[in-house]
Amino acid sequence: MLSLTVFLPLAAALVLSAWRGLSEPAVRWLWAGISGVEPALVAALWITYDGPGIGHETDRPWLPGAGAGYHIGVDGLSLPLLALTAVVFLACAVYSLRGRPAQRDLRRFAALFLALETTCLGLFAALDLILFFVFFDLSIVGMYLVIAGWGHGEQAARSALKFFLYTFVGSLALLLGFIGLYAASDPHTFDITELTADPPLQGSGAAGPLVLLAIAVGLAVKTPTFPFHTWLPPAHTDAPAAGSAVLAAILLKMGTYGFVRIAMPILPEAWRTYAMVFVVVGVVSALYGVLVALAQSSFKRMIAYTSVNHMGYVLLALGAAGLAAGTDEAARVTAVTGAVVQMVSHGLITGALFLLAGILMDRGGTYEMDAWGGLAGPMPRFAALTAVAAFAGLGLPGFSGFIAEFQIFAGSLGAVPVATALALLGILVTAGLFLWALHRLFLGVRREPKPVGADLRPAELLSVAPLLALSLLIGVLPRWLLDVIEPAARTVVDLVAR
Amino acid sequence: MHKEPLALVPEILLLIGAVATLLTGSFLPRGRQWIARAAAGTMLAASLVAAALAAPGADRTVYAGTYALDGATDAARVIVPAAALSVLTLASGRVRGDRRETEFCVLVLLGSLGAVLLAGASDLLLLAVAYLLASIPLYALAGWGRDARGAEAALKLYLLGVLLGITMLLGTAVLYGLGGATDYAALAEGLSGAPRAALAVGTVALLAGPLFKAGAVPAHFWVPDAVSGATVPAAAFLTTVPKIGALVALYRVLTVLPEQVLEWRVLLAAVAVSTMTLGNLAAFAQTDPLRLLGYSTISQAGYLLMALAVAGRADALRSLLLYLAAYAVTNLGAFAVAAALPNLRTLAAYRGLGRHRPWLAAALTVCLLGLVGTPPTAVFMGKLTVFSATWDGGMAWLVAIAALNTLVSLFYYLRWIAPALSIHRPGPPPQGAGPPGGNGEQREVTAAAEPESWAAGTAVAAASATLVLGAGTGWVLGLLSDTLVR
Repeated sequence: MLSLTVFLPLAAALVLSAWRGLSEPAVRWLWAGISGVEPALVAALWITYDGPGIGHETDRPWLPGAGAGYHIGVDGLSLPLLALTAVVFLACAVYSLRGRPAQRDLRRFAALFLALETTCLGLFAALDLILFFVFFDLSIVGMYLVIAGWGHGEQAARSALKFFLYTFVGSLALLLGFIGLYAASDPHTFDITELTADPPLQGSGAAGPLVLLAIAVGLAVKTPTFPFHTWLPPAHTDAPAAGSAVLAAILLKMGTYGFVRIAMPILPEAWRTYAMVFVVVGVVSALYGVLVALAQSSFKRMIAYTSVNHMGYVLLALGAAGLAAGTDEAARVTAVTGAVVQMVSHGLITGALFLLAGILMDRGGTYEMDAWGGLAGPMPRFAALTAVAAFAGLGLPGFSGFIAEFQIFAGSLGAVPVATALALLGILVTAGLFLWALHRLFLGVRREPKPVGADLRPAELLSVAPLLALSLLIGVLPRWLLDVIEPAARTVVDLVAR
Repeated sequence: MHKEPLALVPEILLLIGAVATLLTGSFLPRGRQWIARAAAGTMLAASLVAAALAAPGADRTVYAGTYALDGATDAARVIVPAAALSVLTLASGRVRGDRRETEFCVLVLLGSLGAVLLAGASDLLLLAVAYLLASIPLYALAGWGRDARGAEAALKLYLLGVLLGITMLLGTAVLYGLGGATDYAALAEGLSGAPRAALAVGTVALLAGPLFKAGAVPAHFWVPDAVSGATVPAAAFLTTVPKIGALVALYRVLTVLPEQVLEWRVLLAAVAVSTMTLGNLAAFAQTDPLRLLGYSTISQAGYLLMALAVAGRADALRSLLLYLAAYAVTNLGAFAVAAALPNLRTLAAYRGLGRHRPWLAAALTVCLLGLVGTPPTAVFMGKLTVFSATWDGGMAWLVAIAALNTLVSLFYYLRWIAPALSIHRPGPPPQGAGPPGGNGEQREVTAAAEPESWAAGTAVAAASATLVLGAGTGWVLGLLSDTLVR
């Protein structure tokens, strides 16, 4: 069932790419249909999952000679991200089907997105390092094609190349780390559960930190954290709206998910020793991201930089969870839970924001905030949704962002009070940032680069609103999500404390 | 003394095939020489089948210990004819109706036989003979096109090949003098007490030959010139098939050398590092896709040599053989794309390929990303196993350098992929995936040119095969053996 969930989009993608004569409506229905089935499948997986261990597990030999297997399964860490992936891809499918102006070469675009969905789902379900790596790399190739093929702006090809090179460098570092883990394990294996149960490189001197360094660099590029974030703004600016949404909502999570799934449980000793590094990197990313965002005149670049900020919070929490001394277990569990909730929350909110930015581009051909003004008049629904997304993004109570950030700060405060206090400043700036953006776009004298025409079309509304509704649902009734994440977070904390 | 003619059926089939093709071709009119080509293809396939049937047999040596029948030979016997078959297929368009169509096939068969013999040789003298058999047909093959560039390619290949062949014979003589034998089993014992300096000289001289065949530094000079000068099918053969035999031969020779006397692992690691680094750095500035591929094959030889630096350790042979198979299919796929579009001699000319020939562009992308080592292609699996074996063999630093090199290689492969896949073009907004044609498309007539259908088919087949081999790596690894016999 899990394999079906992972590979169904890929099968649809193959049908789409091979079947040249397919009419455009048929492409739309197939894309939307498969994207609609995926959340249902993930929901079924969620309902039938009886935690706290690994459920829906499949473990087949794949490369027995090399110690890698086709091992997939879900637990409290991966289920929320699988659900997020399915939901965001559905939103992108709906968004891209909004009729005029039609997406260029829709058939290949849809095939590419479906294939990309498989790599994302596969990564969050993978319990084998090589399988994880395969999906990690394929997602880079897929995203490269999305940006290079469907990006806008003269720089699209260059931005795509930059994205590819940076993240590929990261993936090679990651692969080195994985091979290091493989060589150190006895018997040699790439299986994440086996490596977690019996972590290699414990008490091994310099090898553990070096392997952690390789893995952390790989994941940090993808996350991205300061100073590895430079690929992010151009990639986001030039990607098509749906591409940016997936890139920010899902692909960035591959990095943070990797920290929780691989780096922390498999290298606990090295993680504890160097947890402070991750705290510092997290805080610097959080503050740097938000300050640079403040300086942006482009709405989309601004959102892109807030991603750096939000991912910084995640790293802060994970680093704090590694500082065993001076804090109790409950706080560390809270921090890790908050980090995972933040991944989901950020995915929903940023996905919505990027789709909204796409609508802005669609109507006026520019992201420059100075080109706009008084948009609340002609486009009230657009203004309302953007305002909701902005408030969710700045962590207002009632939205998922608040739950996540509250837990992150509450969990980290005991362990790293100064760092947490500094990071809290980030929230303040974020609030100002979003309010200022709202102010510039929607209030004041009406100003538009060209006549905007109608307010949101149904497809646009249907793609953005559910993401925000989910964020609101998590914000108001977080229990159903936390109940799944918390046991898994507790497991991670126990594993790190070994 | 084991004299078992039946044990050598795959090799004999290749030899009979060469003779039969030559005879058939001599009696056929020029327009019907494809029959000879078909005969050559049939014999290659027959050799492949015979090898597959013989593979489960017991590991042993035959003919007084001069020829080894083990997992490594079995693998070479399968990979080499399969690669040669692909070369014949991708060459179809180029050689069809040519005056020297039969010659091409005969040379391919003889070169393949030489490569298989190189892989199986378990005796220095047989190794030398196999070297000659694997080299001489290739000189002719490089010059097969009979143009100035081809002549230059052939001459360069010949001069370097003869020089290094003689060096290799010198090494053979020195090692014979030190060890008192030429077959590997006796040599391994005889060399253990040899003086270090003499052993080093003999070894280095001996390695010159196989390193030349493998296209590794410092015997790599012929590669880019031969690749860009020879016809594309010949270049595909030159850079693929001899490597298979040469690297297996090197592996066998290295395991004979006494490690306590000579630290050959460091030497091989140094050769690997310089080969991959030099190949990659030199590939940067290339604008001719064929020269780029030529340097890319040099860098691939560097990665392959990593497995030799840990020769004899667990999984080293298995990973080498896997990588060889993966390299052969991926490299041939990339050459097949070049063969399908022989008129595109610059990277920029590939602009727009994705729009006009989506399948060819997809095959090119898969093969080039495959050569980088992107999952889930076969070369990724090969690299993964080679890297793992090397790390496991205590050379983590070598793995780090190789990863860095992989990164560097990404740049130049992307220089080819990027124009091929570019959907954008300056000017009017695209109208979707309409059929090519119309005034706006005239500038890109090169990328839209009708490809050679056989070569294009080979490219797509090779790209699919690299994906299938990547997915089925587990199964293939299970078939490969990790034991050598002497």
